[in-house]
Amino acid sequence: MSDVALRLEHVYKKFRRGELHDSLRDQIPAMIGRMLRRPLARGELTGKQEFWALQDVSFEVQKGEAFGIIGHNGAGKSTILKILSGVMKPTKGSMTVSGRLSALIEVSAGFHPDLTGRENIYLNGTILGMRRREIDSKLDAIIEFSGLADFIDTPVKRYSSGMYARLGFSIAAHVDPDVMIVDEVLSVGDHVFQQKCLNRMMEIIRNGTTVLFVSHNLRAVMELCQRSLLLDHGKTLMIGPTASVIKGYMDAVRNQRKTDENTAVTIDDVTVTGERGESIRFDTGERVRVRIEVTARQPVKDFSLPLYIRDEDYRVIFDTSTRRLGRAYDLEPGDKLRCEYEIDLAMGPGTYQICVSAYRHDKEEFCDYWDPAATLYIGSPVEAWKGIIACKPRIVGDELIAS
Amino acid sequence: MRQALADLVQYRELLWTLAYRDIRIKYKQSVMGFLWALLMPMLIVLAGVIVRYGYSVLSNTPLRMTDIAAVAVKSVPWAFFVSTVRFSTSCLIGNANLVTKIYFPREIFPISTVISNMFDFMVASAALTVALTLAGLEVGLQVLWLPVLLVVLVSLCLGIGFFVSAASLFFRDVKYIVEVFLTFGIFFTPVLYTTDMVGDAREFILLNPVAPVLESVEFVIVRGRAPDLPWLGYSAAVGLALLFFGFRFFKRVEPAFAERI
Repeated sequence: MSDVALRLEHVYKKFRRGELHDSLRDQIPAMIGRMLRRPLARGELTGKQEFWALQDVSFEVQKGEAFGIIGHNGAGKSTILKILSGVMKPTKGSMTVSGRLSALIEVSAGFHPDLTGRENIYLNGTILGMRRREIDSKLDAIIEFSGLADFIDTPVKRYSSGMYARLGFSIAAHVDPDVMIVDEVLSVGDHVFQQKCLNRMMEIIRNGTTVLFVSHNLRAVMELCQRSLLLDHGKTLMIGPTASVIKGYMDAVRNQRKTDENTAVTIDDVTVTGERGESIRFDTGERVRVRIEVTARQPVKDFSLPLYIRDEDYRVIFDTSTRRLGRAYDLEPGDKLRCEYEIDLAMGPGTYQICVSAYRHDKEEFCDYWDPAATLYIGSPVEAWKGIIACKPRIVGDELIAS
Repeated sequence: MRQALADLVQYRELLWTLAYRDIRIKYKQSVMGFLWALLMPMLIVLAGVIVRYGYSVLSNTPLRMTDIAAVAVKSVPWAFFVSTVRFSTSCLIGNANLVTKIYFPREIFPISTVISNMFDFMVASAALTVALTLAGLEVGLQVLWLPVLLVVLVSLCLGIGFFVSAASLFFRDVKYIVEVFLTFGIFFTPVLYTTDMVGDAREFILLNPVAPVLESVEFVIVRGRAPDLPWLGYSAAVGLALLFFGFRFFKRVEPAFAERI
């Protein structure tokens, strides 16, 4: 039991909706009003005014583990973090944390605009729980990491928002807590700095720090966390290995589409299989099979299954269809069609989404679409190059002409 | 309570850092610099001189240097009291970012407010000491009471600070109510006048727990006599009670801070 770093047991959190009286001018008349007509007024406070931000959430994180929390906006992720960091108390349930906990919920929260970067390092470092001497010894590393050495004695109000966030993360990344709670801090700065943050996070995890990580950046969760929790409207939807939780998340997103008996053709399943079986993690250059299964409910002619791939910035980087590859189908009600694409993942490392749709060319309309049907995390087996396409560089000859 | 004190020891660096931040910000970029700490006491002294002059004209007694000194030595602690209570009112709301994002014991905010205002108080006191010495004021051994008076005054400030900081987080108009009390408080406190100028009303004035402290300040510095101990004891008792119940109240409502701010 001693290697549990943090545990939540049946945690509930209730919030009130609507406006609260936040001045005595409103509060005192309201109180008098309540006293005068007691039975009626009680209803104002209960019932519809309240909602549960968290319901019966329980999980355990082992020491040294990186644990992810994913879910839509409003699923209750931030509420969990606030309860863990002690900013809020749960309505019901209990939680235990062992060791020094540091919450990087908003890394620049403690900054004061009129103070210089250096002064803010001391201020924010102390707020995050560091001792003065500790900051003294880490000061150079923090400045170095932020890349702001030239501006460190400038008041931070003159910083750009990117510089602000970089300094904030640099301080936070040097706290060395036992348990670290991270919320969306990796989404700061440009790509280069984001990668630097990610590397630093990995280093922190390797050093044995327990990390609780909340992000919309599924790729970062995928790369950092072994296990994850999927929240939906305050309830635990899934908890387990990150890859399967992310798949569950994508399924949940996809299942929001509308189909009914008027849909001529519905997509039943899409699976992506690589050289090592069905997965969401692939290598650059890997050959994968995308299998699509559809069922026709109405007769359709000249039916096709378009497929396209999007990158992280929602750019369509690849687009094809069965019809363009020479295959169009005529279907009768009850027919099931199974079609398998084979594609080479000639993209560079990154996160990509495969989207599949069902299109009937006889009426020029979409019957159904899965957007996205699958999310692919493509890693590179070699680190000799970067980019969105795999040009497979190699050196085929060189000559050094010495002077 | 014991746990809370242990927390305070653990978070003492944060306490100093936040106080240092407030001091630094006030003195940085302000044209007046250290004059800032003297502004309010100087205005109070000026007002006091006018009041005392009027009094001396009416009562046909000469205006003595010690009368002005009496106003001066009381103006500094009164300015400290006013600004501490005023800044305490907004110390939680003004740090909403920290209150909702990062946990540490929230009493750090009102306590660091007292510390940072204490800095102004020290600057003004030093300036006043120089001025009074130059003016040739002689003081006796009774000034050894001053540390005791300071402790009583600080416990009053902090006790009130606990109440107003938490209350103004829940009710935004507390700020305006506090402001009204601070503005008119000077008329119910013997700053511009002395307690013996009001005759029978002295007891009424001394019910204000700050009044016995200020009266004692005048007694020990300007008049070279001991404080009125029963009344000073009354102030100390009120100070302790405010501190105790203020802290209890503060800790009781603390869990709701992040949600209600």
